Amino acid sequence: MRHRKAGRKLGRTSSHRKAMLRNLVTSLLRHEKIITTDAKAKELRSVAEKMITLGKRGSLHARRQALSYIMDRNVTEKVFVELSPRYSEREGGYTRIIKTGNRVGDNAPLSIIEMIPEIKKESKKPKKKAAKKK
Amino acid sequence: MANPTHRHSRTRRGKRRSHDALKAPTTSICPQCNEPKLPHHACLNCGTYKGKEVLPIAE
Repeated sequence: MRHRKAGRKLGRTSSHRKAMLRNLVTSLLRHEKIITTDAKAKELRSVAEKMITLGKRGSLHARRQALSYIMDRNVTEKVFVELSPRYSEREGGYTRIIKTGNRVGDNAPLSIIEMIPEIKKESKKPKKKAAKKK
Repeated sequence: MANPTHRHSRTRRGKRRSHDALKAPTTSICPQCNEPKLPHHACLNCGTYKGKEVLPIAE
């Protein structure tokens, strides 16, 4: 039975997997947009959102938890100062994954994963609603 | 060593292969450039998805 066996192993031991996800989340938060495989992006999504949640909490304890996970102090600082306030009105869904075809070489499905950029003004939302009504 | 007792006829071979056909991948049309693209993927021709999200495209 696969009950309660969520998540992917990504062909790695648990320590290897953990190290890789820490590296990936650090890169994602630093560059805000990275290209990786589909499966890694989907695992990374959950990790990245947890980091933002820590940032939103903003307490000293949260900061230490983030420091213990993210590989780079400066990136942790960025999460708390720059990224988390950006998502203050968003409850989850801080990342976006777009599939971009298969990799030349091993045919692995690739994706772009990005932190949702700041929405410029209110002009976007009415547009979408208008389009949907049609 | 074990060996086949009988030769398989052309009919049997054909029947076996009747399920071997490959399916073409489904495609959808990119709303930007009207080229075929993989569904739920960014368009690899013009680099857009849902009207934005530009991938670097060498022109």
